[in-house]
Amino acid sequence: MAPVLEVSGLNTVFHTRRGLVRAVQDVSFSVEAGETLAIVGESGCGKTITALSLMRLIPQPPGEIVSGSVKVDGTDLLRLDDRTMRQMRGGKIAMIFQEPMTALNPLMTVGKQIAEMVMLHDGLPKAAAKNRAVEMLQMVRIPEPARRAKEYPHQMSGGMRQRAMIAMALACKPKVLVADEPTTALDVTIQAQILDLIGDLQREFGTAVLLITHDLGVVAETAQRVVVMYAGRKVEEGSVSDLFARPLHPYLRGLLGSIPRLGSARGLALSPDERLREIPGMVPALSDLPPGCAFAPRCAQADAKCHAQIPPFEAKQANHFAACWQA
Amino acid sequence: MSDIGYYARRYPLGVAGAIIMTLFVLAAIFAGVVAPLDPFTTNAKASLAGPSGVYWMGADMMGRDVLSRLIHGARVSLAVALGATMIGSGVGAAVGLACGYVGGWFDLLVQRVTEIMQALPLLVMALVITASLGPSLRNTIIAIAIPLIPTVARVIRSNVLSLRELPFVEAARATGMSEWRVAIVHVLPNTLAPLIVLATAQLGSTILTEASLSFLGLGVPEPYPSWGRMLSESAAEYVRTAPWLVIYPGLAISLIVFGSNLMGDALRDALDPRQRD
Repeated sequence: MAPVLEVSGLNTVFHTRRGLVRAVQDVSFSVEAGETLAIVGESGCGKTITALSLMRLIPQPPGEIVSGSVKVDGTDLLRLDDRTMRQMRGGKIAMIFQEPMTALNPLMTVGKQIAEMVMLHDGLPKAAAKNRAVEMLQMVRIPEPARRAKEYPHQMSGGMRQRAMIAMALACKPKVLVADEPTTALDVTIQAQILDLIGDLQREFGTAVLLITHDLGVVAETAQRVVVMYAGRKVEEGSVSDLFARPLHPYLRGLLGSIPRLGSARGLALSPDERLREIPGMVPALSDLPPGCAFAPRCAQADAKCHAQIPPFEAKQANHFAACWQA
Repeated sequence: MSDIGYYARRYPLGVAGAIIMTLFVLAAIFAGVVAPLDPFTTNAKASLAGPSGVYWMGADMMGRDVLSRLIHGARVSLAVALGATMIGSGVGAAVGLACGYVGGWFDLLVQRVTEIMQALPLLVMALVITASLGPSLRNTIIAIAIPLIPTVARVIRSNVLSLRELPFVEAARATGMSEWRVAIVHVLPNTLAPLIVLATAQLGSTILTEASLSFLGLGVPEPYPSWGRMLSESAAEYVRTAPWLVIYPGLAISLIVFGSNLMGDALRDALDPRQRD
């Protein structure tokens, strides 16, 4: 089966006063219909910029997508003119954002915002678009959708707004849904509901989902495959089970080690290996990357080679890739 | 109907402002019917006559009825105030939206032009414009509207600059809307609150500017009455001997400024859905 979304060799840079910032370097991945691919990494590792590059929403200038291709159903988005690209946005590839509180226009009813989008892409008349908006709100399990459609965003809770955002994103049945930290701003209980909802709708529509998150719990629950990013590059890629069972890159091992586990602290004296581990140091500034592996300065296993040469991204095991000299 | 009752209870001051404005507008429209006397007829015997049964608000130096002149003058004052405010705010908002949204060298250029315009006092600029266009109602409106543009443009621009960065604007782009549509549908309505406050505040100052222009002979030409000229002509000479020549036009100007401010405040709140329910 041909992947619905195929990203290859994506390079996005920002021209800043302090020089060229390579926010995304040579990133490739693909997602099939109905599949969920997660991109994980710390803040500032290029996840969101990757997502915005796919949507071609990088502010230009200072940003620039230097090279690569983003194919949705075989069409390379990076080669499209602006007009055609606008038809793709929302029509074929839709996005939901991290901040449900501010991602909806405060002065427009939720139903109208969804209807606007339906009118824009499917050319439906106003009345039909409004009906579709109500249907979509029902589909995202908002109770009393007809009444809620007439409400303004401030009258809804965060979880409800995120449902409305999902309703809007899926209203035109896009092939690809880019979800940029869709649950970060929500309560834990609501998080699970929203993730379930995305999963259900994905199965129903056969949407390919690109889930961007820093929450490995979310990844384990929803994704089939994972791409780990660090400082703008892919450092590891594989199936969820492989990555969680046998993490290869020290960065991923560090991430997995820094998740608090229930029962690890019962008020008793902790044994040293039961302590929550952190990854020392910080993500390097993208304008000032070390010559070798970007993770080397924070890596316990790093040797001279790690500091000198960028490790290639290669298959270490069947369908499990990593960029590390030590793995 | 229930809506009107609701707003009346929620914004009593706003409704009061709306009533004041409505009365002035009605007086202006039906001036010919409402005014007890002809505003242009002079009467040497009634020169500077005090308020009486015939001249309710007294008469001016030429014996013209002050009340009738005020009612007819409402036409000029309202036309100037509404016309100049609407043109000034409309063009200003458009310029501000374009600057804030487009940015870059366009913004830089336009902002320098507005700075140059703001460096000149409003009255001086209006004077230069009327002097070059010639005194008439239309030119007065234009002359007062143009100096308003930079003020409005700058406020709207700064508002747009912050709105532009909000996630919902990016989200709107992500739904495939064109930049034009994002700007008009999503950004512009969100600048409405400061625009309304600014516009209603300026309604008053436009009437005062018109008064000054008329006083200098560059406003609406004689013999047509304008509140500003009625006030400014008589203020110096007759304030002691015939105070009604000063008090009533002054009251009319104060009342309309007051009314427009009350209405503007309520309007801003009522148009913001977050303030409802």
